[in-house]
Amino acid sequence: MDLVTPNLGLVVWTTISFAILLFLLGKFAWKPILGALNDRERFIEDSLSKAEAAKDEMARLTNENESLLKQARAERDQILSEARKVKEQMIVDAKELAHKEGARMIELARVEINNQKSIAMADVKNQVATLSLQIAEKVLRKQFEDHQKQDELVSQLLKEVKL
Amino acid sequence: MNNSSILNSKIFKPLLISALFLLFCVKPTLSFSQEKAAEASEKPFDPKEVVFEHIGDSHSWPVAIPFMDEHFVSLPIILYTDKGLEVFSSGKLGFHHEEGHEATIYKGEHYSYKLEDKKVVAVDEAGEAIKDAKIYDFSITRNVISMWLGMIVLLIVFFSITSAYKKRVGKAPKGLQALLEPVILFVRDDVAIPNIGVKYVKYMPLLLTIFFFILINNLLGLVPFFPGGFNLTGNIAVTMVLSVIVLVVINFSGNKYYWKHIFTPDIPLWLYPIMVPVEIIGILSKPFALMIRLFANITAGHIIVLSLISLIFIFKTAWMATVSVPFVVFMDCIELLVAFLQAFIFTMLTSLFIGMAVEEHHH
Repeated sequence: MDLVTPNLGLVVWTTISFAILLFLLGKFAWKPILGALNDRERFIEDSLSKAEAAKDEMARLTNENESLLKQARAERDQILSEARKVKEQMIVDAKELAHKEGARMIELARVEINNQKSIAMADVKNQVATLSLQIAEKVLRKQFEDHQKQDELVSQLLKEVKL
Repeated sequence: MNNSSILNSKIFKPLLISALFLLFCVKPTLSFSQEKAAEASEKPFDPKEVVFEHIGDSHSWPVAIPFMDEHFVSLPIILYTDKGLEVFSSGKLGFHHEEGHEATIYKGEHYSYKLEDKKVVAVDEAGEAIKDAKIYDFSITRNVISMWLGMIVLLIVFFSITSAYKKRVGKAPKGLQALLEPVILFVRDDVAIPNIGVKYVKYMPLLLTIFFFILINNLLGLVPFFPGGFNLTGNIAVTMVLSVIVLVVINFSGNKYYWKHIFTPDIPLWLYPIMVPVEIIGILSKPFALMIRLFANITAGHIIVLSLISLIFIFKTAWMATVSVPFVVFMDCIELLVAFLQAFIFTMLTSLFIGMAVEEHHH
């Protein structure tokens, strides 16, 4: 029975001691310790969420970069193909132009040649005519030095003339 | 050849240390056995007396001092009598091991005193107890001293880790701090928060203090020599104080739902005469269960260990030690578990009861 009878002195001392212990530990140990633990947990949580945010940002940036790259690549391809097209067009145009120009020049040359030819022919004709007239004149003069011959010719001509 | 090899061998030093250690530990037991052996002719060995001497409280502190016969340290006795305060050393009343001889009578200022059944009683000249003398014993007994030792250990440990927390802000815990931080976090995250909920912050100091107070005293109680060798958490007065504190805290934090549940529960009116008294008993029975659980668990463990040791003296042969010691080691391992378990259960149930008292009901 002695065992389960609380001793008054021990009750009093335990109460006083426990109250002091609770006060001392509560004020000087638990409060700072729990505060420090809370702070650290908050810090860790913050850091984790920041890391998460950084990761998201990173992923976003990577995505953006990739899409930018893709866009740039597409643009480059487009520019290249356009350039190719332009080049071909240019070649085609140039060829056509050259062709036309050539044809025009040929035409011009022909016209010029023709002109020159006709001028030359006219000249030649004139000279031929002049020459022939001079020859004819000289011949005639030579022929008609003899009177008889003139009569012969006139008669011949008359003969030829049929009325 | 053998001698020199033993002296030179590397195991000599550990051997010497162990031998000295054994001497220190076993000395009181040995002398105790001799003493008992000497008395054996008059009085047979009484294990009950030995066990109850240990698990009870005492006005003196048994210590093992090698090669000296005095194994008790006097402690102050403080008495509040109906005639006034009385303070003297327990050495003046003689020590309990001298019982069997005539008890020493000390003549104080107001009364004469002697030890009767380990209790201080007022006596007259003839040594007869004075029945109407009112004496309240507030002595610094063995349990009070051991409680203070435990408290000093707690204060040193936790003040040092508090300074560690202040010095190492934002760094990982280290040393003692790293050892105890999981325990503190365990009390917070696995005991307080699941049971109490969001209002746990207010109760953390109490729960942590209760947990570590019970734990350190349980553990020190397992050490058979200084600074242990007492049975503080297995003392009904200590567990009573702890559970009264819990009782007060529970009922002072009880909200309107808690009191409504007790006095006007949602049951038919004719059940009230049964239910209301049951609920009121429930207020008291919860802390009462805490008190008995801790007391019984720790005391039972100490009784088992001491009984196993007593077997050696009952059979009066050292060979019994080959049986007893393994069992004691086994029991000590279980007691180590119980020391943690009981501290945990006490704290757990305290927070559970507080949680029930502060719970908000949403009907």
